Amino acid sequence: MQVGIGIPNTLSNVDRELTVSWARKAEAGPFTSLGVFDRVVYDSFDPFQTLAVCAGATDEIHLSTSIVAGPLRSNAMLAKKAATLDVLSGGRLTLGLALGARKDDYEAVETEYRTRGRRFTKQLDELRSYWEGDEIGPDPVQDSGPELLVGGSSDPAFKRVGRFGDGYIHGGGPPRAFAKDAEKARAAWSEEGRPGDPTLWGHGYFALGGDEQAEKGREYLLDYYEFTGPFAERIADGLLTTPQEIVQFVRGYEEEGCDELLLFPTVADEEQYDRLAEVVGNEWAGE
Amino acid sequence: MNVNVIGGGPGGLYASLLLKKSNPDWDITLYERDPADNTYGWGIVFSDSTLSALREADYRTHQQITDRFIEWDPIDVHYDGEYIRCGGHRFAGMMRADLKDILRDRCDEVGVEMHFETDVDDPNALAAESELLVGADGARSITRETFSERFKPRITEGNAKFAWFGTAKPFDVFTFIFRENEDGLWRIHAYPGRKSTFIVECTEETWRNAGLDEKSEDDGLAYLEDLFADHLNGYDLESKLYGWRNFPIVKNRTWHHDDENVVLLGDAAHTAHFSIGSGTKMAMEDAIALYEGFEEHPEDEKAAIRWYEKERRPAVEALQKASRHSRRYFETVERYTNLEPQQFVFNMLTRSGRITYDELGIRDREYVDEFDRWYARRTNGTEAERAVATPPMHQPLSLRDVTVPNRAAFSPTPSSDATDGVPSERQLRRLSDLGSEGVGLVMTEPVSVSSIGRITPGTPGLYGEEHGDAWASAVEQTRKASDRTTLGIELVHAGQRGATKPRAYGLDRPLPDDDAWDLLSASATPYTSSSQIPKAMDADDMKRVRERFAYAVQLADQAGFDLLQLHFGHGYLLSSFLSPRTNERDDEYGGSLENRLRYPLDVFDAVRAVWPDEKPVSVKLPATDWAPDGYDLTDAFAAGARLEEHGCDLLTVVAGQTTANDRPKFDPDVLGNYCEQIRNEVNVPAMSTNYLTTSDDVNTQVGGATADLCQWYPEHVDVNSL
Repeated sequence: MQVGIGIPNTLSNVDRELTVSWARKAEAGPFTSLGVFDRVVYDSFDPFQTLAVCAGATDEIHLSTSIVAGPLRSNAMLAKKAATLDVLSGGRLTLGLALGARKDDYEAVETEYRTRGRRFTKQLDELRSYWEGDEIGPDPVQDSGPELLVGGSSDPAFKRVGRFGDGYIHGGGPPRAFAKDAEKARAAWSEEGRPGDPTLWGHGYFALGGDEQAEKGREYLLDYYEFTGPFAERIADGLLTTPQEIVQFVRGYEEEGCDELLLFPTVADEEQYDRLAEVVGNEWAGE
Repeated sequence: MNVNVIGGGPGGLYASLLLKKSNPDWDITLYERDPADNTYGWGIVFSDSTLSALREADYRTHQQITDRFIEWDPIDVHYDGEYIRCGGHRFAGMMRADLKDILRDRCDEVGVEMHFETDVDDPNALAAESELLVGADGARSITRETFSERFKPRITEGNAKFAWFGTAKPFDVFTFIFRENEDGLWRIHAYPGRKSTFIVECTEETWRNAGLDEKSEDDGLAYLEDLFADHLNGYDLESKLYGWRNFPIVKNRTWHHDDENVVLLGDAAHTAHFSIGSGTKMAMEDAIALYEGFEEHPEDEKAAIRWYEKERRPAVEALQKASRHSRRYFETVERYTNLEPQQFVFNMLTRSGRITYDELGIRDREYVDEFDRWYARRTNGTEAERAVATPPMHQPLSLRDVTVPNRAAFSPTPSSDATDGVPSERQLRRLSDLGSEGVGLVMTEPVSVSSIGRITPGTPGLYGEEHGDAWASAVEQTRKASDRTTLGIELVHAGQRGATKPRAYGLDRPLPDDDAWDLLSASATPYTSSSQIPKAMDADDMKRVRERFAYAVQLADQAGFDLLQLHFGHGYLLSSFLSPRTNERDDEYGGSLENRLRYPLDVFDAVRAVWPDEKPVSVKLPATDWAPDGYDLTDAFAAGARLEEHGCDLLTVVAGQTTANDRPKFDPDVLGNYCEQIRNEVNVPAMSTNYLTTSDDVNTQVGGATADLCQWYPEHVDVNSL
């Protein structure tokens, strides 16, 4: 298993300097990929543009949207953005897509919330056609387009993984929760007769450095996930606040067969990067 | 703080007690509609883990409760004149009335204000004057209904009829009795207590046949006492509130309402079928979590009640899932009466998916050893005298003259390496590699019976001498590695689904026009919006394809395969006839299921006529389209029965993919459940296509009559590589 790190693109008070420095450090450090989230009605950066800046500042590290809410964008525009980023990063993009559960995001971009599932299925089907076709360029660097991961935990979501994805990206939670959904992704994969195994990605949240940081991280998560009701509490409860918790979490994910685990900051401070890099670098040699 | 509790059952009492004990300055008032000493129900059951939680929450009542406990660990099953016991399950039970007495006294002692025989007419008004309102008012909760906009309850009913009774006849362990009389099959759930609990359950049909819809209480009791006279030994059945009900299944979108600070607890929030005995246990665990929420967030009621739901929901949902399996089992137990008692009981014990073969072995080694000996005796007769027989997975299965040496099968996914149907070296090696792993049956990937029957340009085929020779060499190679493994070949013809790119980068991506070939299907319906529109088959096409199948079968026999499997599913040609969503024909091949089955059965007959009598034919049969107005399980039962009449030896149960926009379930047990239902309804050997990874999975499915063969994906073998 490999470990990646999230760019703080949905935290307040982030600027160009922090973003670029975070990306450069990650590339020099123990991490194999950079992740970003996607939210419209929130104080946050656009995921593709954030990754584009990171692409310019780095050479090797993988760039992943984890996730982008696909149906918030038109199919052609999404295909073009992803293909562009793939080309300009030299084939480093992993495109993680899911539905996103925020109604207000859908309202803000004037697209229908209710039918998003159906449109998402169609979108996944069409993305590859755009990438393989000649009408809308550029041609992605990666064969057949960027690596495509599909998220969600409903039955239709697993169906999409089996039909359209290269793998599955899990929504977060303890290793046991990941294991349960990973099993379904594998089942869907096998059921659809896809060769090999689906690539499996997971993610978690961290706030290192003591109670004050932990409380800040917790507040951010309760705010970011406020729309999920009682579930926000469960997400906040899962915040990793000590090196010990990080190590256990990473090992747990590895045992459950995760291929790439992304750890996202919840406090916008370069010190958070350093603390995580130290834990992951010391305790975790990767593969 | 001002707390009001509606409902004086164990959940409401226990929540009041714990909150008051920990917060003596709070005003806690409980309202109960019935008199203090009134109690419905008879005994209740606890498991080990609940007990330790009770001990930690309130030691005093824990002592009193455990003093009253009757403990036991076996489950007894009486079925078809046999009696089988399985131990190690560890239960404890007591009378519901006694539990309420203990909790009521303790509530009194800590200062909970209790009003019995007091109806709460207006929970809204009560909520307005409370800082916390607890709705512990049972499955028909008024609290829930009052705030239904918020809780969004979903209440459905089980199919079976049931009634609770008590009896002085001492049942000393959990006892299930299955008894058939002229009216139908009756199920009894009986368990110990100061008085024993005796629950009677049956289908609505049986209930009406017996006239219980019209009989008076006395006549009803007399009927049952007579029917179960041998178990009751002259003791009466007693009834508190005589009545037959359907089990209410209660679920809510949420259990807390944080504008008004209302929570639901126990049956008001969630029910679980009595066959897994957890109603009171769940209510009391809810009470503990609610109290703990306030310990975690002492200053913040909203956070506390959010915490409560967060804590409880995963555990409750897991139990509800197990309960759903269990309820459905008891509702449809008639299906399993074809099983011999030993297998009937094993099937029953593993019904909820929570207890596996290995788990049973931990609980009661002797029971499992006895079961293994029985299973071995039944399948081969040679191990009957051994103390330890080989587990079910390693018992042989006979299909016609072919003996599959064990119950695991490898069935790799389609690959795309062939050239003009000639299988590649890698495709052939896959067969021989898998064949050396020791499983009972190795199938080929789907092999096309004609050039236009291929799924992708690289689909291997069997429509010319060169194809036959290639497969024959692979069979020979495999036999060298293992002469016991049986080899099967799966034959397919593409339908609306075909002429696509390889699957590595997603499914059903059509080939460019120049590379594609014309597709055939039952009707001119494309698989996806971008797929080629197939030609609806005419009489000539049907004849030609049938002949292709027959020719391929001849080659397969010459190549040395032991078993033949025809693919009736997943959107290929034969599946397009079966599904009403892809069959729009108005001739004798469309319309009714009988008509839709006609062509697939024609092909089956043509194949059966060519394939040697001593070798078995299997059909990969869909259980459902997983789509509205589609082919469903009832159709699958009928199709399975017809195939059996036509001489089909094995059904491999698959589901979905007959149309691209189906809505599959990815519950890991779902294909096993379909397999079990078809196998036992049609009474034909079946192979499950569940994603099983351990030998425990295989033993559980084979032992429990879910399947006779299991597709297996052990960790050390990459079945789908290539």
